[in-house]
Amino acid sequence: MNACFYCGVDVGSSYSKAVLLDASGGFAAGAIRRTGLDFARVAMELHQDLLVAVPDARDNVARTVATGYGRDNVAFATSRITEVSCQAAACWHLFHQALTAIDVGGQDTKIIVLGETGRRTDFRMNRRCASGTGAFLEEMAARLDTTPDGLEALAGRGRDAVPLSSFCTVFAKGELLSLIRAGRPVEDIALGVYDAVVRRVVEMASLQSGTIVLTGGAARPGGVLVGRFEAALGRQVLVPDRPQLTVALGAALLAMREGEGVP
Amino acid sequence: MSGRIESTTLLQSLMATAFRECDAAARDPSRRVAWCSSVGPVELLRALDFTVFFPENHAAMLGASRMSTGLIPFANAEGFSPEVCSYMTSDIGAFRRNVTPLSRVDPSITSVPKPDVLVYDSNQCRDVVDWFSFYGRELGVPVIGVAAPRGVQEPTEDLVAAVASQIRALVSPLEAIAGRRLDPDRLREAVAVSRDTSDLWRSVLSCGEALPSPLTFFDGCIHMGPAVVLRGDPRALEYYRALLAELQARIAAGQGAVSGERVRLYWDGMPVWGRLRDLSDLLAGLGASVVGSTYCSSWVFGQLDPDEPFDSMARAAIELFIARTDAVKEMVLAGEALRYRVDGIVFHDAKTCPNNSNCRYGMPARLREGKGLASVIVHSDLNDLRLHADEGVRLALEAFVEQCLEARR
Repeated sequence: MNACFYCGVDVGSSYSKAVLLDASGGFAAGAIRRTGLDFARVAMELHQDLLVAVPDARDNVARTVATGYGRDNVAFATSRITEVSCQAAACWHLFHQALTAIDVGGQDTKIIVLGETGRRTDFRMNRRCASGTGAFLEEMAARLDTTPDGLEALAGRGRDAVPLSSFCTVFAKGELLSLIRAGRPVEDIALGVYDAVVRRVVEMASLQSGTIVLTGGAARPGGVLVGRFEAALGRQVLVPDRPQLTVALGAALLAMREGEGVP
Repeated sequence: MSGRIESTTLLQSLMATAFRECDAAARDPSRRVAWCSSVGPVELLRALDFTVFFPENHAAMLGASRMSTGLIPFANAEGFSPEVCSYMTSDIGAFRRNVTPLSRVDPSITSVPKPDVLVYDSNQCRDVVDWFSFYGRELGVPVIGVAAPRGVQEPTEDLVAAVASQIRALVSPLEAIAGRRLDPDRLREAVAVSRDTSDLWRSVLSCGEALPSPLTFFDGCIHMGPAVVLRGDPRALEYYRALLAELQARIAAGQGAVSGERVRLYWDGMPVWGRLRDLSDLLAGLGASVVGSTYCSSWVFGQLDPDEPFDSMARAAIELFIARTDAVKEMVLAGEALRYRVDGIVFHDAKTCPNNSNCRYGMPARLREGKGLASVIVHSDLNDLRLHADEGVRLALEAFVEQCLEARR
């Protein structure tokens, strides 16, 4: 009999992600695609990506948990769980300590507090506003005539972050124009954009003490966002090896738990 | 949901009758119509034979019928900010467009009943005064009321005396408009009926303490109609006796409002009127029953005493939940959470209703740290669906229910 696998699919607002775990909970494969407009299709494509990477998993996926905005569109899911619970499960699995997890997503940012036993004690989400999210970075990148990766590259060369006074995405775009017109170095402006995200997140919850974990597509280990968070908080911020896959990993872990693959 | 509350049929009939009576009174030159804020001195108006109409009830109907969001911009265009009370802005918008949800109740009703006087109590917010003043200017009718204190920690006798004297001061102008003298016995009678209505309404809401609860907050938002619109009217008593009997029968039969109730929640703040059904269905689908609320409980006036009509009306106005300090509200919420045996509290942060959004000054954190009470904040609005994000609210509620279930394990 072939070994069974567990799958997590996170259909997010900008990107969709999937993770396959083997029977022992080991990471077998991961996949990322832009979500686009067809949630069902991207989920199927991600599933195929996993099966291509791990042919043994074909017909051997015991359970699939779908999460994210498009979780209801994942037809092959055996259950659906919110990304908040998936994020909590993954962070506990990866770090096994009381912590505060910050997930900077495409459309929203979530802060999840885990206690000593791994139980979620609180969570916050940003209000009806794109500030402090990946969408803010995308919008600012477009205004600076670059891509999100290009924005990070620019910010990486910045020395003296230009403070952005506005947290509103639309107003901030106007403010960028003023700063460019005033001749401020674009690298410093880009760095200021990251600081604006950090400030917005930091105001969502008390982050003055305890372990902080940062996840999401913009949270590359050693990247600008992580560095700016560390500068703002005055201490190290933990980042998983695959920060963009954290929620999908949590979904796969919960699939495993549901299938009683783990105690 | 596990079965419709049968008394709803009686409720609909009763409310329709009340609206028709308002419409008829406004057309009858011999009768007088008063508009009253929802927790205003309605007993005084009943005793003087006014037919009473409640703009807040009308605004809630605009919200529930989803007419409000399209009407608010007409008030915004006149200078009423999108950030002030969306009850007020939707109601003003409806007035400007000459539409009313009352027409959906009875097509023969084509407008709100024209008032002879507008009577407010500003204990709930300043917006109600601005709202009534708008109609005072537009319709050329007097606007009178009570400026009861807000942020009350201790309802002292000095405060009671001050508010009672303001209520007494309404008598003379109201008598002039009504064309009759106030009969003290009629006032005592109205206060007695209000008190009885209130007691029955409290009993109805207390049914939510049962496991499983036979009614939810969403049911309460509908069934509170007579407690608002017919307070001081004996027909409300008849209705709540019937509703209470039905709910008690449900409790005896172990019939919950939510099939397989597995999480119990408490709601603080305003309803999201345009999403009442959606939120009810969403939570019911998750096995979560919202068994109590500060909102529905705001029409329980245990202070009313027919032997002291003015003082007890003043006491009811002063002790209203919305008019209290955060310290008192926190104590009330902690007590309610215990009484209803809830897993957590849903705080509705209504963008245009700061006075009844109780999560803005750190209360959720204090309740979590001091009482171990979990909570979630839902950012939305009472009537302006432009301020409501379905996906965000859904995610917050689903994630919170998952958290509550995890805590139960």
